[in-house]
Amino acid sequence: MPDQLIYAMEVILNGLMAGVLYALVALGFVLIYKASGIFNYAQGVMALFAAMTLVGIMNGQVPFSHLINATFGTHIHYFGWNVPALFAILLTMAVMVLLAWAVQRFVMRHLVGQEPIILFMATIGLAYFLEGVADLMWGSEIKKLDVGLPQGINLWIDESTFNIFGYGFFIDNLDVVATVIAALLVAALVAFSQYTKQGRAMRAVADDHQAALSVGISLNFIWIMVWSVAGFVALVAGIMWGTKSGVQFSLSLIALKALPVLMLGGFTSIPGAIVGGLIIGVGEKLFEFAIGPLVGGATENWFAYVLALIFLVFRPQGLFGEKIIERV
Amino acid sequence: MFYREAGDFKTSYTDDSQTFPIKFDRYRYYVVLAVGFGIIPFIINDYWANALLLPFLIYAIAAIGLNILVGYCGQVSLGTGGFMAVGAYACYKLMTAFPDVSMFVHVFLAGGVTAIVGVLFGLPSLRIKGFYLAVATLAAQFFLVWLFNRVPWFYNYSASGQINAPERDVFGIIITGPNAPAWATYLFCLIFLAFCAIIARNLTRGTTGRSWMAIRDMDIAAEIIGVNPLKAKLTAFAVSSFFVGIAGALFFAVYLGAVEVGEVFGIQKSFLVLFMVIIGGLGSIFGSFAGAAFLVLLPVVLKVVGVDVLGWPTDIVAHLQLVIVGALIIMFLILEPHGLAQLWRVTKEKLRLWPFPH
Repeated sequence: MPDQLIYAMEVILNGLMAGVLYALVALGFVLIYKASGIFNYAQGVMALFAAMTLVGIMNGQVPFSHLINATFGTHIHYFGWNVPALFAILLTMAVMVLLAWAVQRFVMRHLVGQEPIILFMATIGLAYFLEGVADLMWGSEIKKLDVGLPQGINLWIDESTFNIFGYGFFIDNLDVVATVIAALLVAALVAFSQYTKQGRAMRAVADDHQAALSVGISLNFIWIMVWSVAGFVALVAGIMWGTKSGVQFSLSLIALKALPVLMLGGFTSIPGAIVGGLIIGVGEKLFEFAIGPLVGGATENWFAYVLALIFLVFRPQGLFGEKIIERV
Repeated sequence: MFYREAGDFKTSYTDDSQTFPIKFDRYRYYVVLAVGFGIIPFIINDYWANALLLPFLIYAIAAIGLNILVGYCGQVSLGTGGFMAVGAYACYKLMTAFPDVSMFVHVFLAGGVTAIVGVLFGLPSLRIKGFYLAVATLAAQFFLVWLFNRVPWFYNYSASGQINAPERDVFGIIITGPNAPAWATYLFCLIFLAFCAIIARNLTRGTTGRSWMAIRDMDIAAEIIGVNPLKAKLTAFAVSSFFVGIAGALFFAVYLGAVEVGEVFGIQKSFLVLFMVIIGGLGSIFGSFAGAAFLVLLPVVLKVVGVDVLGWPTDIVAHLQLVIVGALIIMFLILEPHGLAQLWRVTKEKLRLWPFPH
């Protein structure tokens, strides 16, 4: 087999793995959009917030310590204990549920019935707010996140591909773990929305708010639940990305990576988010591999958008989106 | 008492269809022009020009441009930063290629180039609507910034990859570069702002503006009653990009002088201008001014209060600024979705009766 082809295969494999991570973020968007029609730009910042909270709790950092020190002239930074990863994750989840409640209580509740674009702007405002709060609470320096996920080259894949092709593929263990976790997460979400009472209620709300209200479903509760689930997805995405590249501001930019995924897959479809993520992941890695060197590299920044744009011109609702029917 | 339409009789059609038909509005407009052109240039100094006035004037142009697209035509765009970059780089290429031509011509041409690029990226809006379009305009943002970063021709093969504004003058007065006097840069930007505002105001109350608003309110219905969506959407993109391009050119050539494209014209800039439009008021020219003034003032005020008065470290103030801006945006959307312009309208309504409300 020619070398180029083998390299291309490795690139595709890595692209698939990256795509899974994109899909993980996109999933959070889809959940909220389906249930409440809100396009939640803050999803990326929620991932950042979750990851920072997790690191902060694990290291026993004092929240807002910087601000307290500056105001009262004290010098407190750490409580002086370390929290085990699993317990810290549970605590962070509690914080995310609290956040979901606050968002619903103080923001979204007052904006019911507004135009979608206004809701979208509100989530951009929320993104700014959360980013500032996260920085104030835990400090803005780059942090290492280690919850005990395996990292480094996957030797088994390396060896087995070496035996077949005579060239070992480089696949990060973390990516493999991420793929497994993403698959589990999607399965769990599907099971939740198909087979549980709350999941059914969620789908009912997504279908028709008023009809759902009239059969006695509490919109408030469902929305808090949806934002909590989105917070949970954000936490998972935050752990994955945070372990991969450190917990820092750029983590919130993964939201921007997830947008073309959504456009491609359609805003309302969970399978769309997965398939879109995979297409974007493979597409941008292959493009960078094949065309990138010719045009100066770093094409990953925009390729996904242009791909999604061209695709949308032919199919304006995305791959799996609901058909757009317009009436006067 | 102070603000009223009663007793303001018109005797000719020209009077009736002038830009500001109400006397109070007209006088206010003259006063603003007189202060802007006649008083401020004489009392201005470098700090005021660079910290407040220049950014305000330039952002106001950009906000008017974006307001035409988002507020009047209903096409949400997140690509403002990219289009500003087009204006800046077009201006730079023109300035270096034709050093003897007046800066006015360069800035206008830069706006023209941006208009063409804007129409190009506006084409998908005929098929794609709503959120999908908003995300699609991000393609313009990322692609354009990448293009200016990677293709050396755009930055004249300079080693740093930056573009630097050479010294240019208008009628013998230096406008760009470090030696430009504050009053000259201020006046230069003000002339463009006044020009853009008058054009925008008159476009939006004429045929073009009405067809934009028809498309915004319901595009299919507008199409059925005979508004050409192709023409309406593309003219909105063209006019909007023209203004945004002028703003980008001024931002680079007059205000900053040196630009690294990823930093200055990144996605944050797109959001900033969008916030100005929303806080100011969608579909209002006055709102664009108010929004730009508000968001230019806010960081300066916060810095003065936080760093100088309370003595906090700068990074805490920077983070607090994010929190406050975010909270303000949410508050505005909840309390007054129509922005500062609506507050002004309410005030005028009150003024009409004051001080005898019954």
